[in-house]
Amino acid sequence: MATPGILAAVCIIYVVFLFAVAFAADRAARRGRGAWLRSPLVYTLSLSIYCTAWTFYGAVGFAARSGMEYVTIYLGPSLVMIGWWWTLRKMVRVGRSQRITSIADMISSRYGKSNLLAVCVTILAVIGTTPYIALQLQSVTLSFAAFSPPGPEGGRSVQSIAIYVALGLTVFTILFGTRNLDANERHHGVVIAIALEAVVKLLALLAVGIFVVWGLEGGLAATLERIDASPIGDFDVSGSRWTALTLLSAAAFLCLPRMFQVMVVENEDEGHLRTAAWAFPLYLMLISLFVVPIAAVGLELMPTGSNPDLYVLNLPLLAGQDGLAILSFLGGFSSATSMVIVAAIALSTMVSNHIVMPIWLRATGGAAMMSGDVRQVALLARRLSIGGVVMLGYLYFRLSGGGTALAAIGLVAFAGVAQFLPALMGGLVWRGATRNGALAGLGVGFALWVYCLFLPSFGAGVILPQHVFDAGLFGLTWLRPQALFWTGGMDPLVHAVMWSMGLNTAAFCIVSILGFPRPVERLQGAQFVNVFDHSQSPGSWTGGLGQSEDLLIMAQRIMGAAEAQELFTRAARRQGLSGYLPEPSPEFLEWLERRLSGSVGAATAHAMISQIVGRATVSVEDLLAVADETAQIMEYSSQLEAKSNEQARTARQLREVNEKLTQISVQKDGFLSQVSHELRTPMTSIRAFSEILRDGGLAPDELQKYATIIHGESLRLTRLLDDLLDLSVLESGQVVLNAQTGTLAEVLDRAVAATMGSVPTSLRILRDPGGEDVRLSTDMDRLAQVFINLIANARKYCDAPAPTLEVRAEVGEAEVVIDFVDNGTGIPLKDEALIFEKFSRLGQTRAPGAGLGLAICREIMHRLGGTISYLPGQGGAAFRVTLPHEAG
Amino acid sequence: MAGQVLIIEDEPNIIEAISFILSRDGWHVRTHSGGEGAMAAVRERRADLIILDVMLPHRSGFELLADIRSDADLGQTPVLMLTARGQRKDREMAERAGASRFMTKPFSNAEILEAVRALAGAA
Repeated sequence: MATPGILAAVCIIYVVFLFAVAFAADRAARRGRGAWLRSPLVYTLSLSIYCTAWTFYGAVGFAARSGMEYVTIYLGPSLVMIGWWWTLRKMVRVGRSQRITSIADMISSRYGKSNLLAVCVTILAVIGTTPYIALQLQSVTLSFAAFSPPGPEGGRSVQSIAIYVALGLTVFTILFGTRNLDANERHHGVVIAIALEAVVKLLALLAVGIFVVWGLEGGLAATLERIDASPIGDFDVSGSRWTALTLLSAAAFLCLPRMFQVMVVENEDEGHLRTAAWAFPLYLMLISLFVVPIAAVGLELMPTGSNPDLYVLNLPLLAGQDGLAILSFLGGFSSATSMVIVAAIALSTMVSNHIVMPIWLRATGGAAMMSGDVRQVALLARRLSIGGVVMLGYLYFRLSGGGTALAAIGLVAFAGVAQFLPALMGGLVWRGATRNGALAGLGVGFALWVYCLFLPSFGAGVILPQHVFDAGLFGLTWLRPQALFWTGGMDPLVHAVMWSMGLNTAAFCIVSILGFPRPVERLQGAQFVNVFDHSQSPGSWTGGLGQSEDLLIMAQRIMGAAEAQELFTRAARRQGLSGYLPEPSPEFLEWLERRLSGSVGAATAHAMISQIVGRATVSVEDLLAVADETAQIMEYSSQLEAKSNEQARTARQLREVNEKLTQISVQKDGFLSQVSHELRTPMTSIRAFSEILRDGGLAPDELQKYATIIHGESLRLTRLLDDLLDLSVLESGQVVLNAQTGTLAEVLDRAVAATMGSVPTSLRILRDPGGEDVRLSTDMDRLAQVFINLIANARKYCDAPAPTLEVRAEVGEAEVVIDFVDNGTGIPLKDEALIFEKFSRLGQTRAPGAGLGLAICREIMHRLGGTISYLPGQGGAAFRVTLPHEAG
Repeated sequence: MAGQVLIIEDEPNIIEAISFILSRDGWHVRTHSGGEGAMAAVRERRADLIILDVMLPHRSGFELLADIRSDADLGQTPVLMLTARGQRKDREMAERAGASRFMTKPFSNAEILEAVRALAGAA
């Protein structure tokens, strides 16, 4: 009989052999040889890590306990491979074009590179995978136990097997999973090793099956008879459970981190999927071929109470076929180890990339980015993560006591990782899916999974107290973990899958629809959903320094020449290169993209870099996203422009005000100078003649004459001061109007009397009594002042031989119009604009007056609400006064 | 022999006052009112001194002074400029235009007499 010692030796030899194969494969891959490494067959076989120890041993147990239901575990993936071939290809294409490193990376990348999402997916993946790793350790331990003699001592040594297995797997995984920190995260050695293990486990199961059918039962017919007789044929098949299980295994096939690792990350060539689409279902069919016969024969031959999970091992042992038993053991060992290795690699990538590294980078304040030890830290993080993940599985195994409860863990874990499905698939087909939708879906799905399936799986009273099962959380009956919303009476697994997946999908859709994708999400969504439209047939990484040069030119345009140069040189030094151009590695590109997006926005930076490195041609969606950003930038700059326009306007207004002030100042200077002149001129005469008078010795007529001059000039001064004060009052608006009523004729009469009365004159005034008979209600004194001025002007300036002033009045609809027209030569055209200005005496000196008269008239008419203007082309000087009718 | 003084001014009362003062002091006084035809009056008979008002209708005193100064024959004639505006700017312009002296109205009779004696006596 094979002892555990022999078994351990076989294990070690087997592992060393795998080690050698993996090492050789890695070497061949590095040297560019070994095309066989990249064959579709290897890819297909690597997919077989779907079949873990749980399927190797457990399928038989499953069949022995629940009949044909075990088929669903193989049916789901087969349906996915055949029916969803197109979706798988899309996932693989996206994974390659986006350089996806894990399922967490995939989901976070799709939703705007959200690290929060990546962290969530990573944590959930670890929670979902840890029991599964424990399950593998348990199966190895149990299979060891099957060989060891019963007894407490043997049992203890078998228990300690688990820790050795765990340690060995950790070492193996670290050696081949983290030998290099490849950009594409591919592990040729590991893949070839698990492909080999896939062959071993298939051969082992087929060998056991053939032995059981032909060796133990003596032929196919006898076996079929036995099956018909066994309870397997009688098991009732529940439709809902079948549907749920098929759906679950299909979802898990797509969402399990380890499946994603081999299917997407390790994929060498999209075309391999074409082969895998038929070859993998065939593999599954072969591996499940003898499950029912072994179960049926096991139920018959094995003593009641023996573990049906170990029929595969115990049937050969029972028949004394130690060699076959060891092969069977190796098959199970292969299943367990390949699963743990790939799961550990996948999870460690996620944990180190999305949790450890961001924390470390933040803790070191980004200083490490500038030094060269990022790579070392990343490797260390990866290695520690592998150890952590495997040890977590070991701890779970030890704490759970290694009981048979673990058998149910497989489906529970499936249901857990299946929660990724809505976010993953939704992100591939629906551009409107948003980060918040994905977070909401994942959160709801996982919460329900934990509450309805994971915690109850430990049994009532272990974690969830019994009363929660009976009366619901907080005593709310609709919150019973296995009868949510009063949907009691269902199979607990179906119940949990229905509610968690249903509400997960609903939350994902509703939150996505209600929200709005950010530009990065929009861009990534377009890249994912339309991956076939704008990704070239993916080749391996072909970046070169030429691309770096283009990138540098682009970066210089955005960041400025000196800064870009410095950044590139620093990046090159970090990569250990001399010179100023770094290799366009994904890390560098990602880093550059981040830097540039600070200046031009994430979508733009991404599109520009993609364009240069040929990762993807820029699609319409990219451009739209870019346009969105550009529009935002333009809006911002137009706001700036508006502001600067406003400033220009303000400046112009200031300039205008300043000009006006300057003008006013000039006018004031001019006015003062005029006033000075008007005052000094009469004062000169007065002073000169008063001195002459004082000197004495004048003839009486001279005395008389000079005294008269002094008197006249004094009057002139007085008049000037009166006018100035009058004008000042009028201009400042402080004038008090004294409204009276009367006819126009009365005002004109007063004006004529005041002008003509005192001094004899030759001026004749022609009046129009008919037109003047209009009642006015205005300040009559002020109006008379205007008329007096106009009549006085005519008297002073009309140069006709028989000076005549015609006063015509006309009552219009809105106003009363009074024209004063004389028969002189009038005012020269060039002076017409000036006559209402102060001191504009037009060079005429023979009449007294300071030249303020018309300026005063204009102010008065303005105050009375009317106008006074010069009427050109009337022969002589002509003025028109208008008054609003309301006032009349 | 008594000097010839030409007064160019637009205020009749001021012409009369200056004429009286200068005549009493023994000067031969000619007068011209306003800017128009003033140059002809200047050329008509050589004067020992021209008294010129700045604010003349039609033609400013500065323009007239420039004409006098640019005349080959009469260019050296002393010119006493009078202004009623009393601004420093006028004084500067007068000096630039070549005025021999500049007086602001109103002035005392003694002042103008002294100025005339000084300017016409030097000529």
